[in-house]
Amino acid sequence: MSEVPILEVNDLSMVFGGLRAVDSVSLKINKGEIVALIGPNGAGKTTFFNCVTGVYVPTHGEIKINPPEGKTAILNGLKPNTINEKGLARTFQNIRLFSSMTVLENVMIGRHQCLKSGILSSILRTPKQRKEELKVLEDSYRILEKIGLEEYANDLACNLPYGGQRRLEIARAMATDPFLLLLDEPAAGMNPQETNDLVVLIQRLRKEDNISILLIEHDMSLVMTLSERIYVVDYGKMIAMGSPLEIKNNSQVIKAYLGEDIDA
Amino acid sequence: MINLKKIRKAILTAVWFMFLTFPLMVMKVNTIENTVQWRWINLAYIGISAFIFSLFWEDLLKRRDNIASKDKKKSINNKISRKLENKKIRNISLFVLILIVVLFPFIMSMYQTSIITTALMYVVLGLGLNIVVGFGGLLHLGYAAFYAVGAYTYGLLYYHFGLSFWLCLPLGALFSALFGIILGFPILRLRGDYLAIVTLAFGEITKLVLENWNDFSFGPSGIANIPRPMFFGIKLKLAEVTNFTYFIAIGLTILTIIVIKRLESSKIGRAWEAMREDEIACQSMGIDITKAKLTAFSMGAVWAGIMGVLFAAKTTFINPASFTTWESIVILCVVVIGGMGSIPGVIVGALIFILTPEYLRAFSEYRMLIFGLALVIMMIFRPGGIIPKIRKTHQFKVKEVKE
Ligand SMILES: Nc1ncnc2c1ncn2[C@@H]1O[C@H](COP(=O)(O)OP(=O)(O)OP(=O)(O)O)[C@@H](O)[C@H]1O
Ligand SMILES: [Mg+2]
Repeated sequence: MSEVPILEVNDLSMVFGGLRAVDSVSLKINKGEIVALIGPNGAGKTTFFNCVTGVYVPTHGEIKINPPEGKTAILNGLKPNTINEKGLARTFQNIRLFSSMTVLENVMIGRHQCLKSGILSSILRTPKQRKEELKVLEDSYRILEKIGLEEYANDLACNLPYGGQRRLEIARAMATDPFLLLLDEPAAGMNPQETNDLVVLIQRLRKEDNISILLIEHDMSLVMTLSERIYVVDYGKMIAMGSPLEIKNNSQVIKAYLGEDIDA
Repeated sequence: MINLKKIRKAILTAVWFMFLTFPLMVMKVNTIENTVQWRWINLAYIGISAFIFSLFWEDLLKRRDNIASKDKKKSINNKISRKLENKKIRNISLFVLILIVVLFPFIMSMYQTSIITTALMYVVLGLGLNIVVGFGGLLHLGYAAFYAVGAYTYGLLYYHFGLSFWLCLPLGALFSALFGIILGFPILRLRGDYLAIVTLAFGEITKLVLENWNDFSFGPSGIANIPRPMFFGIKLKLAEVTNFTYFIAIGLTILTIIVIKRLESSKIGRAWEAMREDEIACQSMGIDITKAKLTAFSMGAVWAGIMGVLFAAKTTFINPASFTTWESIVILCVVVIGGMGSIPGVIVGALIFILTPEYLRAFSEYRMLIFGLALVIMMIFRPGGIIPKIRKTHQFKVKEVKE
């Protein structure tokens, strides 16, 4: 079946001065898929995320979305908040929580788009605004429950343990009601137990919230268990794409990860 | 605890301080008789206090770290706020406060009432700047410009069209907010130091324009004979109008607190704070940072505009000299010392910061020195301000049982 991919990136390039951090990368994600983007350090994975989510304006190429509900759109040149509004949410490799706000407030920020009241109704505390505020509290708490952080709701985000901070990043992103979740090294710094929990969580999110996931990860066992398809980049270029099994046995990928010398 | 090494260090520090403050504290030029007065006794004071201070400095630092590492729940603030949660204590203290506030101008002299009115004006100014600096994290060094916009709105509109105080109050707020947006646009992309420099320049430019554009603002000589607020069209006597102005200031302070509290716990307040914490993450969560910055600037400016109108009405005379960068710095100090982002902190900060110099006129020569010292000590021992912000917490257990 030739279905329309929900995210379609064509020939994307990002140049920093003389460095081609992302070099003509094309990628597709179908509805409900979990896709991994892997590659050695400095391969350009995070830069790719930044281009897709509007943090950088790509030098070249096209980013197109076909949301399950809503119109097809080109994301090039849009601001990060507009892209988020269109249904793409992300986490950050170097955790970027609102650290002196509480865990709950972090999630409430994610709900920002869903709130309609303006400044005037906030000052007047209209019944509608109060109802909306109550709802956002409740929604945010539900999301924390789902991610398993509800006991920390009133703690400052910076006081969470490291694994908890990574999960809070996911909770905050989920609060924006995305159809595509982009996770940048969600398991980095987690212990094996936490990583296992994370695998379960990601699978549950996909099933219960009907979202697709694109993830960057260095933990190969996690990538192999979770993802249906894997893209491999090296020095900004896409060098391979396929199922986990195909990637495991791809000589080019092995070369990229282990260096030229090992080449048999 | 005190060993030889420490004493040696303290002596060195004392000598260094004596050397540093020598020109300021010891030498005094008498310009009339053309002589120099040597006040050696001051040198001794400085030497001794610097010695004692530096001797105990490290212990003080250690104590601070101990307190910080202890459970935060034991801090004084929480003790106070827990006491206030008790309904009875809360009602009684609220009642006493209202009683003091209402009776104050009738018990105290006109001079006292006037000082308190000024302090209240700084409470509002501090709360307004707190939106920009405390919530939004945008270091703004030209806040007095908005204050000037309010004052000149009233001054000029009265001069040309005879508009009344009460009509000018909202107009001052409006113009000031517009000014905030106009300033906001060019600095949307700036952050940190650059933002501070540009806002500083903005404040200076506003003052220079007012000083030099004679046709518009009457230059350095300013505008005189601005009427005091009228009471439903009745002109009051001086003593009465002082009290009336005091009550207007009280009313506006309460209004400010209510509005800012509501803004803080609403969608836009959260957006401001998220913007302060991390701009990129904030945008990636769907917040339009342009809008957040512009609203922070304009919502902050509104209060300066209102206070500008009140200032013009209170002093009946305005000129550019009242809106210098020093004024902006004082308001910023109120926010920083009181506690950035903390509404009660800013209120207490303004009262302390404005009232202390008024009552300690004897030390007015050393005002700057004391301010500086107070700031440094605050930053080291209480970086969060006098009353640091307490984050709102939410309880969910009750609701779950109900469902
Ligand atoms: N803003 C920037 N300006 C200049 N160079 C950059 C910028 N951002 C990234 N780079 C460079 O682009 C290359 C790709 O970086 P990127 O962070 O995308 O790698 P990555 O694949 O995410 O690596 P890692 O696995 O370590 O996270 C690196 O060489 C990096 O130095
Ligand atoms: Mg990366």
